[in-house]
Amino acid sequence: MQNHILEIDNLTVSFDGFKALNNLNFTMNTGELRVIIGPNGAGKTTFLDVITGKVQPTEGTVRFKGRNLRNISEHHISRLGIGRKFQTPRVYLNLSVRDNLDLAWVRRKNVFATLLTSPKKGDRRTVTGLLETVGLTAKADLKAALLSHGEKQRLEIGMLVAQSPELLLVDEPVAGLTDEETENVGNLLLSLAEHHSIIVIEHDMEFVRQIARQVTVLHQGSVLCEGSMNQVQNDPRVIEVYLGKAPSVSAEQLLILRIAAAMAWADGNFAPEQMQVILTRLSKQFASDPEQQAELKTELQNYLSQEIALEALIPELSSESDRLQVLKLSYEIIRSNTINEYENRVYQKLLSLLDLPEHQVKSIEAEIEAGFSSLSLDDYLQQ
Amino acid sequence: MVDEAVSRRQLRQQQRRRLIIEGVAIAVIGIFLMAVVPSLLPAFRLKLLGRFLSLAIVALGIDLIWGYTGLLSLGHGIFFALGGYSFAMHLKLQIPEGQLPDFFTLYGVDQLPFFWYPYYSFPLTLILLVLVPALVAGILGYLVFRNRIKGVYFSILTQAALIVFFNFFNGQQKLINGTNGLKTDTAELFGQVVSSPRMQWQFYQITVVAVIVVYLLCRWLTSGRFGRLLVAIRDDENRVRFSGYNPTWFKLVVFSVSGGIAGVAGALYTVQSGIITPAFMQVPFSIEMVIWVAVGGRGTLVGPIIGAVLVRFAQTLLSERFPEFWLFFQGALFLLVVTALPKGLMGLGELPWLQGLFSRPSLDRAVSYPRLAVDPDIQQERERLGDTSSEL
Repeated sequence: MQNHILEIDNLTVSFDGFKALNNLNFTMNTGELRVIIGPNGAGKTTFLDVITGKVQPTEGTVRFKGRNLRNISEHHISRLGIGRKFQTPRVYLNLSVRDNLDLAWVRRKNVFATLLTSPKKGDRRTVTGLLETVGLTAKADLKAALLSHGEKQRLEIGMLVAQSPELLLVDEPVAGLTDEETENVGNLLLSLAEHHSIIVIEHDMEFVRQIARQVTVLHQGSVLCEGSMNQVQNDPRVIEVYLGKAPSVSAEQLLILRIAAAMAWADGNFAPEQMQVILTRLSKQFASDPEQQAELKTELQNYLSQEIALEALIPELSSESDRLQVLKLSYEIIRSNTINEYENRVYQKLLSLLDLPEHQVKSIEAEIEAGFSSLSLDDYLQQ
Repeated sequence: MVDEAVSRRQLRQQQRRRLIIEGVAIAVIGIFLMAVVPSLLPAFRLKLLGRFLSLAIVALGIDLIWGYTGLLSLGHGIFFALGGYSFAMHLKLQIPEGQLPDFFTLYGVDQLPFFWYPYYSFPLTLILLVLVPALVAGILGYLVFRNRIKGVYFSILTQAALIVFFNFFNGQQKLINGTNGLKTDTAELFGQVVSSPRMQWQFYQITVVAVIVVYLLCRWLTSGRFGRLLVAIRDDENRVRFSGYNPTWFKLVVFSVSGGIAGVAGALYTVQSGIITPAFMQVPFSIEMVIWVAVGGRGTLVGPIIGAVLVRFAQTLLSERFPEFWLFFQGALFLLVVTALPKGLMGLGELPWLQGLFSRPSLDRAVSYPRLAVDPDIQQERERLGDTSSEL
C-alpha cells in the first residue's frame, strides 16, 4: 500500500453529462515510469487535469501518497510534489531562461518571500546545474521567446525538474520535435526516471517504444488494458481502437504472425516482393476464402511493418502446437530463399527459445525441405 | 564553467553601471524639477506641471497592474478619487472646534457622519489616503481574482465598480456633498490657505518627491523575483499556478499597491486643482489614465511618467487654442499608439526605420529573426573553433 504513489479509484469526470473519464481505476508504484496511450478523445489530458487539480472529479478519488486530492487547489498540489508539463511548451516568454528556472526552483513561494528574497549563490549554482541538465547553458540569458520549439520543451521539463516533484506528469513531450530532439527528450526522461515517478502521455509510438516499460491504454475514459509494450500491441482490443476494426485473427494467431515477421526481418533485408510472398502465404494459412485472404493481407501489412525482438515475443506463446506452428512458418520463410549466415544464427536462436524436442524439429524441417525440393521457387509462388 | 563565471561577472558589472547611471539621472532630474523649473515657469504653469506630475503617479500605478501584470484596470478613478476625498475631508475639517463643514448646514445635517472623525488627525489622514484606496482595491481584487476573472472581464468589472462608486458619491449630499464635491482652495493647512502661492509651491515640491518615491517603489517591486513573477503571471498564469505559486495573492498585492499609489496621486492632484468631485470617477477619466500609459510605453517605468505629462501638456496647449478639438486628438493618439507604436514612446528606439536614421547601415543587422550571427550556440562554437573572421 505504502508503495503506491498514485491511486485512483472509480474516477468519473463528466462535463454536462459527457463522461470524459468513466469509472477509471489506476495505480502506480513509486519510482515507476508509466506511459499512457490512447486514441484522441480517450480522456488522457482530462486524466492529468484531475490529478493536478485543474478539474475536480465528479465521482471517485485520486490519492497521492495516500492523500486525497479532492478540493486541494492546483498550487498546493504542485507543492505536495506533483509537477506537470503541458502539451504545448508553456514557459514565461518574456523572462530569461535562467529566470524561468529560478522561479520554478524557489522553495518558498508565498508573496512575501518572493518579494523579499533574491537569488543566493547556492540558488544560482543549482540553476546553473539545471541549465546543464537540459542543455541550455549557452542560452541562459536569452529571453525564452527566442528559443526554438524543442528548446522550449526542454526548458519546460527543466522547470519541472527544478520544482523537484516526486511525480512528474508529462503531456506529449515530443509533439512537433525532430527525430534527434525526440531522442534527446527520451534520454532526458529516462535519466529523470531514475529518481522520479513519471507519467508520460504520448502519441508517438516510436517514442513510446523507446521509453516505455509499463503502458496503460485509455479508451473512452476508462483503462482498456495495461501491460508491457508488446502485450499491449498484441491485444486485439487495442488494435481495434487504434485501427477502428477488430483483427480477424485471434491474439495467439497474431503473435505467431509477428514472430514469423520477425524471422522475415532477420537479415535486415526485407524486399517488398518477398514481403508480398510471405503475406500471401500467411493469409492463406489463416483464412479460407479469397476475399478474406485479401483483407487479411492488408491487415497484416499494418501489423508487421515493424521490427520486434524475438526474445520479447516467444515467451508469450502458451501452447506447444503454437510453438510448432511458429517453427514451421519460420523455417518456410527463411527457406524461401537461400539461407545465409545471419538468418541461420537467428534461426538457431529461435530454436533455443522455442525449446522443442529435437526429433520434432527435424521432422518439420524435413517435411518442408521435401516440399521445396519437389517445387521450383516459381511453382512455390504460384501455389 | 570558467567562461560562464566571467560572463556573469561582466553582466553584473554592467548591471551595476546601469544602476549608477539610473540613480544619477533620477537625482539630476529631481534637482532640476525642484530647484530650476520653479524659477523658469510662471506660477500658473508650475501649478499645471505639479498636477501633471501627480497624474504621472497614478500612471505608474496603472503600469504596475497593466504593463507588468497584464490586467487592464478601467477603474483607477475610484482609488484616485478616494485619495482625493481623504485629503479634502481633512482640509474641510480645519475649522473652529464645534463647527461643521459649511455644506452640511445646507442639507440640515447637524451631526458629523462617523467616518469623518478619523480625518481630524493629519497623520491618520496621510495613512488613510493610501490605506482606504488600497483596501478597496484589495477587497475588489480578492473577489475578482479568487474567481479567476481575467482579461476583458476584469476590465469590465473594474469599470462597473467605477460606475457604482460614481453613483454613490454623486448621490450622497448628506455624507460628502454629492455632486458638488469638496472644495479645498479656501481651506487652511498649518495656518496657510491651501491655494496660496507658497502652499502651492510646497505641494509642487512634495509632488516631485512623491513621483521619485513611487518610481523607486515600483522599481523595487518590478526588479526582483516578485517583478519576474508578475511578468510570469502575464505570460502564463496557469504555468505559475502549476509551479506552486498562488497567483491570486500576487495579483491582489499588486492591485492594492496600485490602488494606494492612485490614492496618493488623487490627494496631490486635489490640493493642486482646488476641488475633488465625483467627476473624477467618471468613465472617460479612468480610460484617459490608460491612454497615458499606452502612449508612454507600458511595461517600462519611465514611459508612464512621460506619457502622462506629455499628453496632459498637449491637451492644455490644444484646448487653449481649439477647445473642441482635444477629444478627437486624444482618440487619434490612442489609435496611433495601438496600431503603430505598441510599445509607446519608449518603443520608438526599436522601430527599424528610426534605427536606420540614427545608425550606419551594417551587414550585421538582423535579416532573419532571431538572427543566426548572434545565436549563442553558434558563437560558442565559433570561439571553440578559433574562428575570428566575420565575413558572414
